[in-house]
Amino acid sequence: MSAAPKHAPTMAQMSLAERLAPYAPILLVIGLVIAGFLAIPATSSWLTLTVSGLAMGMMIFIMASGLTLVFGLMDVINFGHGAFVSVGAFVGVSFLLLLEHMTGAPNLLWNLTALMVAIVGAMAATGLMGYAFERVIVKPVYGHHLKQILVTMGGLIVVEQLIIVLWGPEEIYITRPESLKGAITFAGAALEKYRLVAVAIGLVVFLTMRYTLRRTKIGLIVRAGVENGEMVQALGYNLRMVFIGVFVAGSALAGLGGVLWGLYQEVITAHMGNQTMILVFIVVIIGGLGSVEGCFIGALMVGLLQNYVAFLEPKAALISNIALMVAILMWRPMGMIPVVKAK
Amino acid sequence: MLKTLVSGDTPRSPILLAVLLAILVCLALAPFLFPGVRSVDTAARICIFIVLVASYDLLLGYGGIVSFAHTMFFGLGAYGVALASTHMGRGFDALLVGSVAGAGLAALLALVIGLFSLRVRAIFFAMITLAVASAVAVLVSQLSTLTGGEDGLSFKIPRALGPAFKIMDGEIFGVKANGKLLKYYLVFISCFVLFLFMLRVVNSPFGRVLQAIRENDFRAEAIGYRVVHYRVAATCLSAAIAALAGALYAIWLRYVGPDTTLSMEIMIDILLMVVIGGMGTMYGAVIGATLFVLAQNYLQNVLSLAGESVSALPLLPDLLNADRWLLWLGVLFILSVYFFPTGIVGRLRGK
Repeated sequence: MSAAPKHAPTMAQMSLAERLAPYAPILLVIGLVIAGFLAIPATSSWLTLTVSGLAMGMMIFIMASGLTLVFGLMDVINFGHGAFVSVGAFVGVSFLLLLEHMTGAPNLLWNLTALMVAIVGAMAATGLMGYAFERVIVKPVYGHHLKQILVTMGGLIVVEQLIIVLWGPEEIYITRPESLKGAITFAGAALEKYRLVAVAIGLVVFLTMRYTLRRTKIGLIVRAGVENGEMVQALGYNLRMVFIGVFVAGSALAGLGGVLWGLYQEVITAHMGNQTMILVFIVVIIGGLGSVEGCFIGALMVGLLQNYVAFLEPKAALISNIALMVAILMWRPMGMIPVVKAK
Repeated sequence: MLKTLVSGDTPRSPILLAVLLAILVCLALAPFLFPGVRSVDTAARICIFIVLVASYDLLLGYGGIVSFAHTMFFGLGAYGVALASTHMGRGFDALLVGSVAGAGLAALLALVIGLFSLRVRAIFFAMITLAVASAVAVLVSQLSTLTGGEDGLSFKIPRALGPAFKIMDGEIFGVKANGKLLKYYLVFISCFVLFLFMLRVVNSPFGRVLQAIRENDFRAEAIGYRVVHYRVAATCLSAAIAALAGALYAIWLRYVGPDTTLSMEIMIDILLMVVIGGMGTMYGAVIGATLFVLAQNYLQNVLSLAGESVSALPLLPDLLNADRWLLWLGVLFILSVYFFPTGIVGRLRGK
């Protein structure tokens, strides 16, 4: 009788590297901030750059989140997403120009109210536009990536031209509301007030989104839909309706991002949406297409890296983002937080 | 013999054949049929864009890959010629070195981008090319010591291609036989040869495999073709041809600049030409490019006439403004993707 095969279960803890692996993306952001601290000589400029990097990251996240969710849920890639950014910026700025007596007054409450009105107006407009866009442009080309890319690109051209028809071909310069101008000094570093507001709005959006996705029923359906759409439909939920909702919400967020971005640049053009899309695409790719958390982390990394590099070596700023994307894709080919599809 | 020349891929429609022959004759005899600086310039642009659009069709129509970096490759060729001519002095050797270096660099860059993105998902390719192309465009306008920045580079081409050079005394059919004529025929013949080469490629076994991958990549992989290899090879080939077209464009204009070679607008123009002409048919590139370049030069006049005729109405004049012609092309583009995915050529062939 042969001896029983040796079986020696080990109860050793996973190695540190293995336990850290799921947190690697967030650790990368922290690592980037520390690397920036070491590379930039003055602490005060480091702080300024970090805040502006975070602000930029938050704005990119707001614009990118809709795109990544739409892709995750319905496998629809919307190259016309930038159109919502432009339209949001133009509608928001029009509101701000209408409410000039409110934005011009040195009263924080009035300024913020005007900003809120502009944001709500822009989000309503882009949300409606998103509904129309989904019905007219995207619906006939489900499940066909090539046609989606072409058709949404066509939609982008048409919307950009319509903006020029409605608002004229010249770029519009806009000044920020009175009490959001200038900077406050903290620990020797000048922090622009508007950037702090942008960080705050971005955080609120991220936390609300995370709460909705993690804690509510609709969020549960959306997450389940990303993972296995057929099963969700088999259980009796109308995924089409959910998808339209997500598309509209994503478009509205792009509009919000457009308002924030326009005020950040202090100038808006019809092509601004398409220009920001370059950063947005980098972010959704390195985050992992379909993942909101990955998109958030990716946006922060892109924003921080862009600001640090622009300070250290101005000409390398845009190339640095491409390099970041290449590095991340070499490490994780599907993005930092790949979305696992049960298909 | 003729059939071999077009690699057995005949137009397969009498109307299409007639239109193509008309275009060929017009382009071949353009300096004699339409003497005049502007019309010869239009003809040369049509020739170059036919090659550029056909090389894009190789990727989009045959390979099913969407790229937004085609203008980048186009620009690489153009800047290659410009830089070589600036640093090596005027001469045919500079043109040759510049074109070959530009095409080689374009193919290499396409290889790197392709290996990175096509390995994972074909859809990444569209986004990554968009990001890389715009980064390169920004870089070119920033490295002004090397590339001339936003102003671009003007350079000298060999004396034999300039208007001061006389091939012989007198005129041929009323046209001065000078270097300008020679330059037009250099562009025309190069474009013609490149086009026939692409026709050969898409009708070769390689082209068939590409089409199989476009229809169903999973099945193609199962039959035993390495999908990634074929897609990357198609990307490199198309990039190199686009760079050669860029080199010809630089020679024709004697100038390169970000706006004429690298801008996003040209990328959108290429997309419109491919889709309106007909994806996956090389002849679609001919029809699309010809129509588009003609429209670009002459449709704006028609639109401005239409705009004047409705000037009493609100908003309509704005919509029909000559500068808004891209709006109508965008609408046409969306409609043709929905209703005529095979474009004009597909319609004429009755598919």
